[in-house]
Amino acid sequence: MPEIHATVASTVGLHARPAALFAAAAAASPVPIMVRKPGGEPVDARSILSVLTLDARFGEELILAAEGPGAEEALAALVQVLETNHDQAEA
Amino acid sequence: MAGATVHLKGIGVSPGVVVGRVAKLSPPPVVPAGLSASSDPDADIQRTRDALDRVRAELGERSAHAASVAVDVLSAQAAMAADPVLAANIFGKIRDGKAAPEAVKDALAAFGEQLLSIGGYLAERAADLEDIGNRVISVLLGLPMPGLPIRDEPFVLLAQDLAPADTATLDAANVLAIVTEHGGPTSHTAIIAKSLGIPAVVACRGAFAIEDGTRMLVDGMTGAVVTEPSEAEVSERVGRVAKRRAAVTEYAGPGRLSDGSRVQLLVNVGTSSDIERAGQADCEGVGLFRTEFLFLDRPSAPSVEEQRMTYRQLFETFSGRKVVVRTLDAGADKPLAFVRMADEPNPALGIRGFRTARFYPELLDDQLRAISRAAMGSGADVWVMAPMVATPAEAAEFAKRAHELGLPLAGAMVEVPAAALRAEHLLSAADFLSIGTNDLSQYTYAMDRETGALPELLDPWQPGLLELVRLTAQAGQRAGKPVGVCGEAASFPQLAVVFAGLGVTSLSMAPVSLAEVRAELSLYTAAQCAKAAEVALAERDGESAREAVGAYLDSVLQA
Repeated sequence: MPEIHATVASTVGLHARPAALFAAAAAASPVPIMVRKPGGEPVDARSILSVLTLDARFGEELILAAEGPGAEEALAALVQVLETNHDQAEA
Repeated sequence: MAGATVHLKGIGVSPGVVVGRVAKLSPPPVVPAGLSASSDPDADIQRTRDALDRVRAELGERSAHAASVAVDVLSAQAAMAADPVLAANIFGKIRDGKAAPEAVKDALAAFGEQLLSIGGYLAERAADLEDIGNRVISVLLGLPMPGLPIRDEPFVLLAQDLAPADTATLDAANVLAIVTEHGGPTSHTAIIAKSLGIPAVVACRGAFAIEDGTRMLVDGMTGAVVTEPSEAEVSERVGRVAKRRAAVTEYAGPGRLSDGSRVQLLVNVGTSSDIERAGQADCEGVGLFRTEFLFLDRPSAPSVEEQRMTYRQLFETFSGRKVVVRTLDAGADKPLAFVRMADEPNPALGIRGFRTARFYPELLDDQLRAISRAAMGSGADVWVMAPMVATPAEAAEFAKRAHELGLPLAGAMVEVPAAALRAEHLLSAADFLSIGTNDLSQYTYAMDRETGALPELLDPWQPGLLELVRLTAQAGQRAGKPVGVCGEAASFPQLAVVFAGLGVTSLSMAPVSLAEVRAELSLYTAAQCAKAAEVALAERDGESAREAVGAYLDSVLQA
């Protein structure tokens, strides 16, 4: 299964708006995407509640995994969301 | 129904008279015990899906109209209602034989617990999740939707009490007035209403029994709530309000009574971002500059230079005006990394305020040094005062240190009954006194400020509290030294009149309250203020004191 690593760039962490944007982007993907912390249980990236309970802070690493047609592109798009500082974008 | 006229009485916390139709804030639903599972789980799942959809759509819709602070919360909530894992969880429980409302409650509780166990920001989201659950369950049970009502016309919001989450999206354009059955003068509702300029009455017993859609008059000054009011009653109340309104627009500048006697009007400032806004307010200076923000959430105390820069900004903003700086009010309830105190079973009665200076004298000296340096050449008239002073010896100790460090005017806060009872002795060393009514009321009535139960004990109209204000103000008059009031109480216009009548020389409040207080003071002579004080002190409790003074002042205006 293709995997990709990404670092949380939002200074509040993957909370609040960044988490909502991330889950919405995952829901828009053509394939299911799982996300986990290194060594942690994977959760459904479309679920904002599951994403919040990861409690991923600023600068932490996450691993995304997906399978099927379009998986590579979908992963790349989600990495983009994770690696943007959405707090700064707002300010 | 065009029902009968009913008069109710609460505590007016934000002035203004309005008439409008009631919209009730429904309480959260209660899932009845022993709900039996549906014989058709698929139908239940579909109903639940529809309920989640409806809640998501409503929250999404609301986030589109919300004030910017609330948008994030609401759109995150909408996303939670659309969460596929949450939905799968709920549906699984329904298939396992749970009734739909119970399945929703359990699935949400499981996620809520996870969020709570992480703590911090995520723990706060648990309340948002609970709110979603309440909405979905209400739809399933056919109950009115909890949360802020949505109406085509502006309405009078009627609630048992308002939580911060309820007020996040409260829009002053839609809400004519707020009436709550519970809550007190310092409750969240009171603070929000005042800051939005919405008339409000709290602690109005019996109000929540009033039906949705009832026409209601709300008088946020006197606390009167009248259902189906007569035209005569409306015009009489509105007439008095018009007189007061006229005074609000007519008067500006220093506080004065109708005979020209002066009552200084000052503002409270608590953060560096407040400084500029406060500087633009039509006030005679700062009556309370809280310095805690300089010390909180940091590993070590700010340096003298760092403090000086903040004080300097304040003093330059208020050049030509008076500024009263309160030294650090730390204690077990506001722990600081560099002020280590033993755990106290009751922090309100522990080492706080000026008492910490006994253990950390250098902290106070550094602060006084910074204030003194910043004051030099700033043009501001700088005064300093110590919080939580209980004895004349403490007041004298503080004054001595302040004077030695180049600050000529050093006073004490009166927040402990002993300080009020011995005000004359405090004033033998202190240059002035400032009464902190919130703490003075907590210590006088032995009722924790932080608990909402029994709000009448913390009512600033309580004659016992007013008596202590009188003793303090009279000691000030005899000594020829100023005695001010800072704290929430000074912002209630008619109570401000009473304070003036008791001999208080300055009132310090949030900038938003200045205009109303200035206007109310301008309507009466010193003799009438003294009479109002006498009327209040003759009463048995806060409620009757407020009512009696309201009636007396109305009679003055009517004449």
